[in-house]
Amino acid sequence: MPFELFVALRFLREGRAQTALILAGTTVGVAVIVFLSALISGLQVTLIDQTLSVQPHVTLRRPDRLLRQAPAGDGEAVLSRLEKVPEREKSVEQWKPLMARIRAAPGVVAATPIAAGAAFASRGEVVKAVALRGLEPETFEGVIKLAGRMKTGRFHVEGSEAVLGAALAHDLGLEVGDKVRVASPEGRAEIFTVSGIFDIGNKDVNQRWLLVSLRQAQTLLDLAGGITTVEAKVDEIFSADAVAGRLSAATGLAAESWMRQNQQLLSGLQAQSSSSIMIQVFVIIAVALGIASVLGVSVIQKSGEIGILRATGTPTAVVKRIFLIEGALVGTVGSLLGGLIGAGLASFFAHAVKNPYGESLFPIELTPRLFATAAAVALVTGLLAAWYPARHAARLDPATVIRHG
Amino acid sequence: MAEALRLEGLVKDYGEAVRTRVLHGVDLTVRQGEFTALIGPSGSGKSTLLNLIGLLDRPTAGRVVVAGQDTGLLDDDGLTGCRGRGIGFVFQFHHLLPEFSALENVMMPMMAAQRRQTPEMAASAARLLGDVGLGAFLQRRAPLLSGGQQQRVAIARALSMNPGLVLADEPTGNLDTASADEIFALLRRFNRQAGTTFLVVTHDPRLAARCDRIIELVDGRITSDRPNHREGT
Repeated sequence: MPFELFVALRFLREGRAQTALILAGTTVGVAVIVFLSALISGLQVTLIDQTLSVQPHVTLRRPDRLLRQAPAGDGEAVLSRLEKVPEREKSVEQWKPLMARIRAAPGVVAATPIAAGAAFASRGEVVKAVALRGLEPETFEGVIKLAGRMKTGRFHVEGSEAVLGAALAHDLGLEVGDKVRVASPEGRAEIFTVSGIFDIGNKDVNQRWLLVSLRQAQTLLDLAGGITTVEAKVDEIFSADAVAGRLSAATGLAAESWMRQNQQLLSGLQAQSSSSIMIQVFVIIAVALGIASVLGVSVIQKSGEIGILRATGTPTAVVKRIFLIEGALVGTVGSLLGGLIGAGLASFFAHAVKNPYGESLFPIELTPRLFATAAAVALVTGLLAAWYPARHAARLDPATVIRHG
Repeated sequence: MAEALRLEGLVKDYGEAVRTRVLHGVDLTVRQGEFTALIGPSGSGKSTLLNLIGLLDRPTAGRVVVAGQDTGLLDDDGLTGCRGRGIGFVFQFHHLLPEFSALENVMMPMMAAQRRQTPEMAASAARLLGDVGLGAFLQRRAPLLSGGQQQRVAIARALSMNPGLVLADEPTGNLDTASADEIFALLRRFNRQAGTTFLVVTHDPRLAARCDRIIELVDGRITSDRPNHREGT
């Protein structure tokens, strides 16, 4: 064992009360950091998951038609007012080759065509406005996971089958196997058999979504083989904006990311992250001051021993390293203990506090990266906090401390 | 006989605003194997002189030559290395490290020099502790030993690097007469067996009388330097 480590370990072992104090401070600090990070990351991941569970990361649609002002002749002035033309559902042209290009684009993991529009669903006397979405089940599942959210029945929209939200099914009094009439505003209508009812945890979606096959939706919405949007999923959710920009440039379609559609949510998450980081920085400062002050006292108390070490041939750099190692050891052990306690506390909260549906009110996100970061922060904090006491120890005059001590 | 130590015009001042001269140009040569007593009243500069010889402090002027090496040319780490290899210390208050066992205290200079611990170091330290009569207390913590035993450990530590020169600052000043005699006899035995040079600061004229040479320091000047022919106990 290296000499510096041997002496540092012995000093820590013999200074039990001081070592316990520094360790307790570091452990509590790291535990707070791990607990807070796990909690806030968990809440953010859950919020984003809930938002993105019913929303694609990137939505591409045909851009608005550009209206051109009539040119003025020589010596003429044109007084004009450009009005946006009300458009029916805009169809994306040549969408099949586009799909292949979108799926092959960097960062895109899945893409699905959607034919969507407003419609009315009725059963008997009851009529409800719905969001009709025609889709390809095999590619849709890659973008929005629905098969696992089925309350009853299954996610199957072949032929004249339809899947709808639980609230809509409740409003229309529908169950799996029942018939429902779906009509477009233009009067085209079709009878569908309910094959499944989903509960996606979003009231609006549960109340409005009615899913049918792509072909049926194209017929009802008079899209003649066209689609209204391409919905894509990306590999890294926070890269959605950049991927949307690239896809728009590559396809000529208008692309919008989930981040654009949820700017308030993002601002909220950023504010939450900032407060969390501030709290953690203050905790780190408190831990650093704690380590520095206790090690500082330890150096003063051990000045006699330091003098002896110096007198018996220990160089100043080695004396300095002894105290730096003490700081690093305390940081490392504190981070291990704090990591365990923080993770335990977070897990306890996650399991103990649940909503009436049995879901955790404090979802947590414990990742190896979080532990590695906490350990690195504790180690660096320990080293930095030990630096001043170590320098002070190395500068002690052995003749003086031996004479007085 | 070769010289173990040479001091040339050694001056030491203390203080910034008001400078106080503690040593006034001390010249001294100590030959290898000598057992020398340094006596003098309190405040005469004995400890200051010992610190300068032990390379714990630097002189204001003059030269300290240890085993032929002019130490004025060395930087701090050079002084530390020279001190670790060539000079052993025995202090009045033993100054053992309380966190470590007797064996580890004796191994400390060896470990500091090589930055590690080896079984050979432990064997060498155990042998030295056996030589000072503490073979049965190797693993005992320093604070659990008696005053005399602690001073024996300190002597073993001072000899652990087999130094050419051992400086002892009132090594028996804190002990009863019987223990003081034992410690003194121990130092003398090592001096005779290994030929180690000893410079011993003492207030005890009875012990000084048992040294080869007696140097008296008064007000920072050597006022007397005489061989002692009555030594031998």
